[in-house]
Amino acid sequence: MAPHGVRFNTVERPSRRDFLKRIGLTAGALGGATLLGISRWDKGTQEVQGPRSERVSRDYRVADTTAADRVDFAVASNTPNQATLVQNAILALGGMSRFIAKNDVVVIKPNIGWDRTPLQAANTNPIVVAEVVRLVLDAGAKRVIVTDASCNEPNRCFTRSGIWKAAHDAGAEVVLPAPQLFRNMRLKGELLDEWPVLRTLVEADKLINVPIAKHHNLSRYTGAMKNWYGSLGGRRNRLHQKIDLSIADLATFLQPTLTVIDATRVLLRNGPQGGNVDDAADKHTIVASIDQVAADAFACELIGQSPTEVPYLALGESRGLGTVHWKNLRHKEV
Amino acid sequence: MTALASQVSKRLFHEVRVRLFPKRAGSGIEPRVSIQVLVWIRRLVQAGSLILFIWFLLRTGFSGTFTADTERVRVGLPVEGFLMADPFVAAMTLLSTRTVYRGLLWSLATLAVTMVFGRVFCGWICPFGTLHHFTAWLFPSRYGKGEKRVNSNKTHPARQRVKYYLLYAFLAASLAGSAIGGMFDPICIAVRSIGLSVLPVAHYMTRAAGDAAALTNNATVNAGADAAQAAVQSALLQNKPFYYHHTWFIGILFIAVLFMNRVIPRFWCRVLCPLGAFLGTFSRFALFGMEKDHAKCTDCNLCLVHCQGADSPQGGVKWRQDECHVCLNCENACPEDVIKFRFLPNRKSAVTVPDVGRRTAIASAAAGAALIPAARVADVIDTNYNPFVIRPPGAVVEKEFLEKCIRCAECMKVCPNNALHPAFFEAGIEGMWTPILIPRIGYCEPSCVLCGDVCPTGAIQKITEEQKLGIGQKPISIGTAAYDQGRCLPWAMATPCVVCEEFCPTSPKAIWVEEVTVEKRSPEADPSGAPPKRVHLTVQRPHVDPSLCIGCGACEKVCPVQDKPAVYVTNIGESRSKTNVILLDGQDYNKGHST
Repeated sequence: MAPHGVRFNTVERPSRRDFLKRIGLTAGALGGATLLGISRWDKGTQEVQGPRSERVSRDYRVADTTAADRVDFAVASNTPNQATLVQNAILALGGMSRFIAKNDVVVIKPNIGWDRTPLQAANTNPIVVAEVVRLVLDAGAKRVIVTDASCNEPNRCFTRSGIWKAAHDAGAEVVLPAPQLFRNMRLKGELLDEWPVLRTLVEADKLINVPIAKHHNLSRYTGAMKNWYGSLGGRRNRLHQKIDLSIADLATFLQPTLTVIDATRVLLRNGPQGGNVDDAADKHTIVASIDQVAADAFACELIGQSPTEVPYLALGESRGLGTVHWKNLRHKEV
Repeated sequence: MTALASQVSKRLFHEVRVRLFPKRAGSGIEPRVSIQVLVWIRRLVQAGSLILFIWFLLRTGFSGTFTADTERVRVGLPVEGFLMADPFVAAMTLLSTRTVYRGLLWSLATLAVTMVFGRVFCGWICPFGTLHHFTAWLFPSRYGKGEKRVNSNKTHPARQRVKYYLLYAFLAASLAGSAIGGMFDPICIAVRSIGLSVLPVAHYMTRAAGDAAALTNNATVNAGADAAQAAVQSALLQNKPFYYHHTWFIGILFIAVLFMNRVIPRFWCRVLCPLGAFLGTFSRFALFGMEKDHAKCTDCNLCLVHCQGADSPQGGVKWRQDECHVCLNCENACPEDVIKFRFLPNRKSAVTVPDVGRRTAIASAAAGAALIPAARVADVIDTNYNPFVIRPPGAVVEKEFLEKCIRCAECMKVCPNNALHPAFFEAGIEGMWTPILIPRIGYCEPSCVLCGDVCPTGAIQKITEEQKLGIGQKPISIGTAAYDQGRCLPWAMATPCVVCEEFCPTSPKAIWVEEVTVEKRSPEADPSGAPPKRVHLTVQRPHVDPSLCIGCGACEKVCPVQDKPAVYVTNIGESRSKTNVILLDGQDYNKGHST
């Protein structure tokens, strides 16, 4: 029948089926909304913070299996060639194979904080970084990653420091900091608790700290321990208010397998960023140690600071991170 | 087997042929092969041009690589190429500055092509035009079919004149000293909208998805999300999601003008585009054009169904050469061989000059010319200049800057620190979408000169690292930092800090510290009821040396006083201005003139 021929019975009641369907739909929608509301109900009371994750630290030091007369602290200063200095210092410690096992994933953390060139001595020297990469690969590492959370724009820092090219040419993966690489972690610190941490640094098998020795206007000296500022994201500029305590906390959080301080060319003034080549001076020295406090104690004298005037060193020693008296370690100077 | 293969291949060949070159309705006469092929070449050129444009836009940034030169960093590609080939930009800046800046001479090539082939730039090359063409094809209106579509593609003189009036107004405004017409230039709009709105929104969404993925604690999901973010970061050359001041407005305008294709196909190109109007003015010289054999026309209107420019291709009326995008769809569609494109056509059925009323034209030019003085007496440019309008390094003095800046946003896209932003009303209505530096979002990297590197008009000069850093000369300053001593930790709260001093990039540092012994009150009440104890401690209080400060804003960016920084930059002391100065020294008004 044509549509206009259809007659609607306007007084007919809905069928039972129709009635049940409509009642059911209404009840279902209302029930669903009620369930959702009740299940997500915020009663407005400030709940006590629930159980939080563990506060953690990462200790990358290796148990020593080498001879009892092993050297734990080495200084090389016998040549202006940066690569040779690194080789000599590591050799004096017994070679890289003492620290690196076959198929290790090794992360190398230089200081790539600033948009500066090598001559300005604000970042670790690229040749030093590349040499450490080579030694680690030679020792049988599966992957070597070079990374840092820069202060200036990371692309510029990694490029102009020369580290991107040098590390890549030496066979490392260069990882620039990006938001997804940071993860909130609870640090086992006296001052520092929850901070975004550069994941790459805590997801390694071995971690090698390769800082540069520099003047720092607030902490007087920056080298190994202070280099861990570059493990954090977020607004880390707040840390300056208690710089010594935060450095000690970070050095407790990350204890590296090995520390190699680049003092081939150091920044004597206007640190940590420098800018003027006259503020830097050649020292032709590489310090390598399993003790980050001792390495810092030695290197800070190279920039004309006394370890006793760098409070975080004493803090580190009192926490058992190492010793300020590097001579007490079995040491070797070449 | 071979029989089957040959059958399949025959079938495929047939399918491709009828799809690429469909038979025409009506008489069934095949269109000329040359036209069928040209239409496909046009589509490929359009796609290629749009891809090239997007690729240039993506490459507009600092791609640090291990192969990059460590001393000098440049973009290395002519990423501003489409702007340099834009004759409307060249004409505006020619009128405002009486010069044609560097690569803008390439716009002569576009003009030359127009004077031979007509507005092929609009139909074949313009990436914004292609975007409209594509949008109108992808999202056609449900209602815009059949007769309605035919009607919508007929010439509507009243609305299609608007673009000419805008052109006259903007050119007159240029003559009055402002390249404000860049707000309406299609290439500028494309760079600005996609670069500052579409791409950052995509980046933001990827980041948000990554955050959501992190909650799953699933390694595979996380790795996928990380890879997606890394891909976006390397595609955009931005290592974190970028933010752009008030860019929601730019985004909404972009969506709105694309949406208009549903109401009037290629609304932008037909009604508003001043570049299209500029090329339309010159298309009268074109040697290539349409001839019509009206007698053959059966009024089937198939030409109008496919017309892009609304330029009256149908029989019985005159073809509007200045409106035609030379897409060649009409000839391809015409089943009766009415329409023929050829060199040196007879012009019996063509109108070659724009149809604009002289009075309205004069009135719109006058309005454009009057807009600029009106904007300037509104007390924002010369007097009562906003202290936070910090211009990029190498920017020329404000008056000249407004003559040159076309608001194309190349500088904002290229800035690796996300420091440059489109102004809203900070620089007055005339300065809308011109670049300003917002140090709290990003500071100016001292060794970076990329904004000037990509500026197509010289509003930001192509400075060298030596000029910017001041190697053997005075560095380029974009402002000066000042302390809010009531908020500064060592100044007001007896707390060590000086992150500002650490980040100050000049050498010697423009921020210097003074060691002072200050009192600090214990936060605990003394149990005896005596006032809380006080201790003495030494803090370093920062100071700015205005003679060294370059206004880069690194101090402001890193100040830990999160909400309202205790050190902030204003544009006082900017190198480009002889009047916006603090210091008496070093201001030699006779500099550069022989005495």
